[in-house]
Amino acid sequence: MTAADTNSTETLRTADGMPLKQALASAQARNRRRAFFLVLPLLLFILVTFVAPIAQLLLRSANNDGFVSTKDFDTNISTPIMTNLAQWFDENPKGAEIDESAYAALAADMVVLKEERAAGQAGTRINYELSGSRSLFTKTARRADKIEPPYKEAIIDIDEDWDDPKLWSVMRSASNAWTDSFYLSAIDRVRNVEGDVEMVNENRQIYVTLFKRTLFLSLLVTFFTFVLAYPVAHLLATLPLAKSNLLMIFVLLPFWTSLLVRTTSWMILLQSQGVVNDALVGMGILGDENRIQMMYNQTGTVIAMTHILLPFMILPLYSVMRPINPSYVRAARSLGATSWTAFRRIYFPQTVPGIAAGALLVFILAVGYYITPALVGGADGQLISNLIAFHMQKSLNWSLAAALAALLLAGILALYWVYDRLIGIDNLKLG
Amino acid sequence: MKLKTALLATALTSVGFAASAQELTVMSWGGAYTKSQVEAYHKPFTAATGVVVNSVDADNPATPIKAQVEAGNVSIDVADVEFSDAVRLCDEGLLEEIDTSILPAAPDGTSAEDDFIEGALQDCAVGNIVWSTVMAYNADNNPTAPDSIDDFFNTADFPGKRGLRKSAKATLEMALMGDGVPAGEVYDLLETDEGVDRAFAVLDRIKDDIVWWEAGAQPPQLLADGEVVMSTAYNGRIFNAAIAEGQPLEVVWDGQILDFDLWVIPKGAPNKEAAMDFVAFSTGTQPLADQASWISYGPARKSSGAMVGLYSDGKTEMAPHMPTAAANLSNALVNNFEFWVDQDAELNERFNAWLAN
Repeated sequence: MTAADTNSTETLRTADGMPLKQALASAQARNRRRAFFLVLPLLLFILVTFVAPIAQLLLRSANNDGFVSTKDFDTNISTPIMTNLAQWFDENPKGAEIDESAYAALAADMVVLKEERAAGQAGTRINYELSGSRSLFTKTARRADKIEPPYKEAIIDIDEDWDDPKLWSVMRSASNAWTDSFYLSAIDRVRNVEGDVEMVNENRQIYVTLFKRTLFLSLLVTFFTFVLAYPVAHLLATLPLAKSNLLMIFVLLPFWTSLLVRTTSWMILLQSQGVVNDALVGMGILGDENRIQMMYNQTGTVIAMTHILLPFMILPLYSVMRPINPSYVRAARSLGATSWTAFRRIYFPQTVPGIAAGALLVFILAVGYYITPALVGGADGQLISNLIAFHMQKSLNWSLAAALAALLLAGILALYWVYDRLIGIDNLKLG
Repeated sequence: MKLKTALLATALTSVGFAASAQELTVMSWGGAYTKSQVEAYHKPFTAATGVVVNSVDADNPATPIKAQVEAGNVSIDVADVEFSDAVRLCDEGLLEEIDTSILPAAPDGTSAEDDFIEGALQDCAVGNIVWSTVMAYNADNNPTAPDSIDDFFNTADFPGKRGLRKSAKATLEMALMGDGVPAGEVYDLLETDEGVDRAFAVLDRIKDDIVWWEAGAQPPQLLADGEVVMSTAYNGRIFNAAIAEGQPLEVVWDGQILDFDLWVIPKGAPNKEAAMDFVAFSTGTQPLADQASWISYGPARKSSGAMVGLYSDGKTEMAPHMPTAAANLSNALVNNFEFWVDQDAELNERFNAWLAN
């Protein structure tokens, strides 16, 4: 009799008669449940404080109900608005003549806007795409009770902008809460009256430029941190531990210092009446009239960001360099390799996982950098994150901010994917 | 700013736990401005009613209001916001309406509605101060003192860098006034494409000499460091640097742009009744006049103007430092909130595009 036959005829059982396999499975399941309960608080915490708010904000980028319903924040009841107009849009396809029935629907909706005090909200939604519309709505809603047939004449009489086909096409698209218009705005595009996508006026194109600049400056900062960090990490990794620990403090000290403090220190150093310029003028290298402008431009942004992000490159590099056995390079040298060949063929390939990790870390941090470019960037050192902050805090157009953020996130995920393809996430070594 | 947000979050959380019937949370902008409110409003209010006022600060209180009300978790009772935000938040139904009949009359019996400066009373907001964006310069770094807004845009006769707020608002208006447009015609002109083009053309003249600032604390710093020779700035900040810190900074009132700050009460404020009481109390004639002795912002009530006395140093007469002083109003522009709520999106996009290229 073979072992397999024994198993098939006579299953192993535990003392209480349960098949052993089943008992093992249930014990493991129990353990997994227990383990799950241990991580449950963290999971809930992340879901509630991280995943849910981000998802909610991203939802805003594609869904804005400012022209569809209004919410009373006392009672939390939402009231639909612009219903007559939405119905008219349903019944009349794009390109239909804006006739008396459309204006009648508009007039009826204006009465609702006035009652619900929602004219500003509805107007703001349209204003995102067509400047000047907000006051058009508030003004018209204020006189909503006095609009008499024929509606078309009466409404155009209040403001001739109501005759603008562009306005009607924006209202048509806004009457559906789901919209792509914020994503279009985020790439400097807009829908024209015919519904085709086109570029916005040249003097308003900004976001694509900033996305490109963010990408470029982030790559530049990543490159500079690499060039600066590689020798430092190598030095730290090859020195005796006592000395390297001391030097490590110099790397970590700025790392532990507040971001604001470091940024402000750079401002003091680099400004045109600052330490660096004063020193150069004092030594007679520069004339007082020719002080170098190193601040409030891209140069300032790159210098400050390179310094601030440097530890994120040094630490992963150090962690892969430390365990590299020096005898490999010695062996290569003893076999006749020049020091350059030994470095290139033996040492450098072993540090690639650290470079990969450092570069990814620095690049992703740089792409989302906000406070440093805001303070030292001036006019041309701005990054896309500054515009996201602008729409979150100043213009309060959260849908556009969300669309910009979503594009940035998608871009980073795409780069991450390419990176995984080229280098492999498995090769990443964060320390 | 990350740091401030973190501090704010901590402050808000602790406030949330501490709130009870006898407390009130008031949000403002921080710095010398919040201090002036604490001294002139919060302390006397607590003395009069026993309600303890918690003061918290934000970069722009409009942002937390929007977030809190929409999330249905409001911890702020009263907040100090800018005009356009007050109107916009009110439009979106995020603010309580404030009945102007709760506001006290002036000592001479003038009703509140007649006593407040025009525009200071809105459906959901009560103005407390008038502040102003002015041109300021460092007397040590300007051989000839500039005396009009034109000089700001004239780098030939007044060489050196200029500080300007990185925002279309106020910048475009100043550019037009600097090009000789009288204050009364600025907004009419800005509504046309030619007007906007003209404003940008004026800015083009000095574009290479501009240092852009964002926080109100920056211009006095830039001026004092000699980083710029003149700058636009909030008048209170310049006053503070010049009088309290003794910096050689001067204000040019020509071409100033006046603006209100207003009290608003978010929908669902935990202590709505006390919040209403606070708004009525703090915008009384005496508290508004008292605030002016802590910071050089003008009171929003006409009756307070006459009562403005000395600065808290006990020797500086405040009246001439007020943006609302008659001598300072000869060429002044009142910010047109309606224009900005309408044109904000388009002009800021164009402004940012102009900056980036």
